[in-house]
Amino acid sequence: MKAEKSKQNKNMLEIKSRTENLAAIRSFINSAATEAGLTKEVIDNIILAVDEACTNIIKHAYKYSPDGRIIITLKPDKKTFTVEIIDYGKSFDPNIVPNPDLQKYVDQGRVGGLGMYLMKTLMDEVKYYSVPGKFNQVSLSKYINSNGR
Amino acid sequence: MAEFSTSVSDKGEISTIYLKGFLDAHTAPMLENTISGLIDSRKYSIVVNFQELAYISSAGLGVFMAFIEKVRENAGDIKLSAMSDKVYNIFDLLGFPLLYEIYKTEEEAINKFKETKNLES
Repeated sequence: MKAEKSKQNKNMLEIKSRTENLAAIRSFINSAATEAGLTKEVIDNIILAVDEACTNIIKHAYKYSPDGRIIITLKPDKKTFTVEIIDYGKSFDPNIVPNPDLQKYVDQGRVGGLGMYLMKTLMDEVKYYSVPGKFNQVSLSKYINSNGR
Repeated sequence: MAEFSTSVSDKGEISTIYLKGFLDAHTAPMLENTISGLIDSRKYSIVVNFQELAYISSAGLGVFMAFIEKVRENAGDIKLSAMSDKVYNIFDLLGFPLLYEIYKTEEEAINKFKETKNLES
């Protein structure tokens, strides 16, 4: 059943916009980053950043509609480990999302922007590119040195 | 896949929620239900034990933010405990230690509730 929902090879995973797929996304990143020889700490950070990016796509770009396409492509090389994520949902302007203010969230009982903040903090580079009505792309990069750190 | 579960144990007036597995946008609603259930039963002294939690994303952290105001309005608190370094690091990155009490062990968190209650009585 899972095979019908997703397409996968070593450096690419195409999966539907469902929160139940987050576990499969994390496991895909874990295998690839482990194979690339990264340290556990770096791998954990990349996994969380990709989870946050995909959660935002499911929630905001596809607004929980379960059949949107998410395409995750890995571009590992000697100096950087890059994860590129494409969706075909609603575009947004990343520049208008403010950094989180925890006290305000507590006062208002609502949250938002935590995921983007974590992505920026955990990765070395986060780039957004959108062609509204066509596709959105977020590209998450981690610089690696010879020790995998 | 049983990727996340919660269980609750009451010790006197204090309820401990035990988290196990992976807490993400998919499993966060289960934790919301658990905390809502406690609040509906007017149990506002809540300790969360993270010992068996392997993973948390911001969706999981958001659950604690959604309920803390309501719990504190009722003279209670949500105290967090027994986090692995990996999980604590995420709470720390988002500034949680300023707004939440985080203890090394469940026992410390429970004792803190008891101390506060003794002071009040």
